[in-house]
Amino acid sequence: MPRRVLEEFKIEWFQLLDEAGKLDAALLPSPDLISEKTVKAFYESMVLIRAFDEKALNLQRSGRLGTYASIQGQEAIQVACAAALQQSDWLFPSFRESGLSILRGNPMKALYLYWAGDERGNLVPEGVNDFPVAIPVGTHIPHAVGAAWAAQHKKDPIAVLTTFGDGATSKGDFHEGLNFAGVFKLPIVFLCQNNQWAISVPLSRQTAAKTLAQKAIAYGFKGIQVDGNDVFGVHVAVKDALDAARRGEGPTFIECLTYRLSDHTTADDASRYRSEEEVSLWRKKDPLLRLRTYMEAEWAWSEFQESALQQAVSERISASVEDFESTNPIDPLGMFDTLFASLSPDLLAQREAFEQRLAKRKKP
Amino acid sequence: MSKLTLIQAVNQALHHEMEKDANVVLLGEDIGRDGGVFRATDGLVERFGPSRVVDTPLSESAIVGTAIGMAAYGLRPVAEIQFMGFLYGAMEQLISHAARLRTRSRGRYTCPLVVRTPYGGGIHAPELHSESTEAFFIHTPGIKVVAPSTPAEAKGLLLSAIRDPDPVLFLEPSRIYRAIKEEVPEDEVLIPLGEARLVAEGEDVTLIAWGAMLHPTLEAAARMLEKGVHTDVIDLRTLSPLDSATILRSVEKTGRAVIVHEAARSCGLGAEIAAEICEKALLSLKAPVLRVTGYDTSVPLPKSENDYFPDCDQIVEAIEQVVQF
Repeated sequence: MPRRVLEEFKIEWFQLLDEAGKLDAALLPSPDLISEKTVKAFYESMVLIRAFDEKALNLQRSGRLGTYASIQGQEAIQVACAAALQQSDWLFPSFRESGLSILRGNPMKALYLYWAGDERGNLVPEGVNDFPVAIPVGTHIPHAVGAAWAAQHKKDPIAVLTTFGDGATSKGDFHEGLNFAGVFKLPIVFLCQNNQWAISVPLSRQTAAKTLAQKAIAYGFKGIQVDGNDVFGVHVAVKDALDAARRGEGPTFIECLTYRLSDHTTADDASRYRSEEEVSLWRKKDPLLRLRTYMEAEWAWSEFQESALQQAVSERISASVEDFESTNPIDPLGMFDTLFASLSPDLLAQREAFEQRLAKRKKP
Repeated sequence: MSKLTLIQAVNQALHHEMEKDANVVLLGEDIGRDGGVFRATDGLVERFGPSRVVDTPLSESAIVGTAIGMAAYGLRPVAEIQFMGFLYGAMEQLISHAARLRTRSRGRYTCPLVVRTPYGGGIHAPELHSESTEAFFIHTPGIKVVAPSTPAEAKGLLLSAIRDPDPVLFLEPSRIYRAIKEEVPEDEVLIPLGEARLVAEGEDVTLIAWGAMLHPTLEAAARMLEKGVHTDVIDLRTLSPLDSATILRSVEKTGRAVIVHEAARSCGLGAEIAAEICEKALLSLKAPVLRVTGYDTSVPLPKSENDYFPDCDQIVEAIEQVVQF
């Protein structure tokens, strides 16, 4: 036969909680996922990281933070990932994962410090296996692959999650990383927060493919598209993929379709390149709204409960802002101190000269 | 002790470290069954297995990028990039990540990895197989750069590079992979990083070179000795951090310096050394500091490469110039 089909593929789309807040219980792997306790914890986390984000935008506007990348609209993904990860798993985020970082155990104060331009904010606490924020797009993906490789080599029963945006799928390191992971069948989950905009460039300019998920097919593993504004759907997909990775079944690519409700960063003005109609369409799909609608219907979540939660969250945020703002100024000498394990004589001389300059400046 | 070539010494160092430390893993293209395009990893996959000697896809950025993740996780990866000209595909990983991980994470994560790559010309190879662009990396804070000049040096420096707690770019002069044989100690004789080596001593001129260029420099020194000119010959060994103390000590004694490198002239390491001498030893100088270097052109294909790289005659001329100044 001169012609035959060698490969055909399908990409699944997955959603548990629809735009109207209705749950498809038939697809639930376990009723535990919708226990009142779990759902409330999801919602509380979403409210917390939304409030963190709103505060960050306020702090930036009043000049107390530098450029900040908002996570608004992407909270469901981040809450779902945090819940699916085990403490011993490793996470390699990009820069739009403040919510996920907080839920993994990085103090909010540290995040505010980092976005204020203070490197101490990037110090991930011991016991939290997260890499710090990676600014160059997509280039952290091979690091996650390397860690997964090391874990496989050491036979550690862990999985690695790396997260990135739709823009990253156009970068070489995305493809090199996925290719390695497929070849070596590594315990890793690649999660794309496809918010449909890489600064001003829409998804249609990143790819001619119908989905991003299908890119996994070319690397020999499964890709799936999930409604990124459905916390249950993302949670099930990520947990399944992490479990499969831990069982030695290799990598998975999860494309979470969502929307960046805010500007790219505080240095951006999205009104220059996208319509208010488009944004307001997605505001109606806000993941917080969706979960709240579900809770109102399911457990009569009340206005009173909502305002009590908002109050509690706002107190937590205020306390971390207070912590952040009362932090002693950073010692600029620190720029020398974590460069190498030990400094060369020339670097020591530079450090000493700098120290003297600083001392002189302090004198009246 | 046995007489080894530089490539055999590299191979012996890798054997030694892999035997000693189970966390040392090798990755790169064709390093397994094929033993590497220059045979640096010959016999290693047979001895240590394919999970420690990993043939990777053809993917320079991912080789260095995954090595960063492996290092942060607790392994000691030694990556091979087949030629320095192919390292450019991984520059973002080296510059934006390997060199910055310790700083970025405030010391929480470190990056004890080695990237080995053959560098320099003289092997009649195609385009981009003859690069010596060490200055790109010397200019990058957070990464060390090492270039051995002999087999015993290669072994001692590679052992130290693998044990170093920070990322090291290890540049192997491919021109002398097999050109020289010398006694190489069988057990571990570590050569500390950051310390230059005084190969010859003399009071008239300081000659500074590294890697393959040390050899025409030594030849020039021998020719000048016949004419009664005595030279200090410094083999830098570690290019970053620079051992400026050894350089300055010598120049303060001789008052004259000639720096030899095969890399292009502008902003090469020679420029940095000359600036350092001018800043700190100006009053010792009896003549301008001279550089004998490659031209500021792309390295030509093999038919012209011998005209591109500095040779003994050029070095002799430069020495004569500073002596007669």
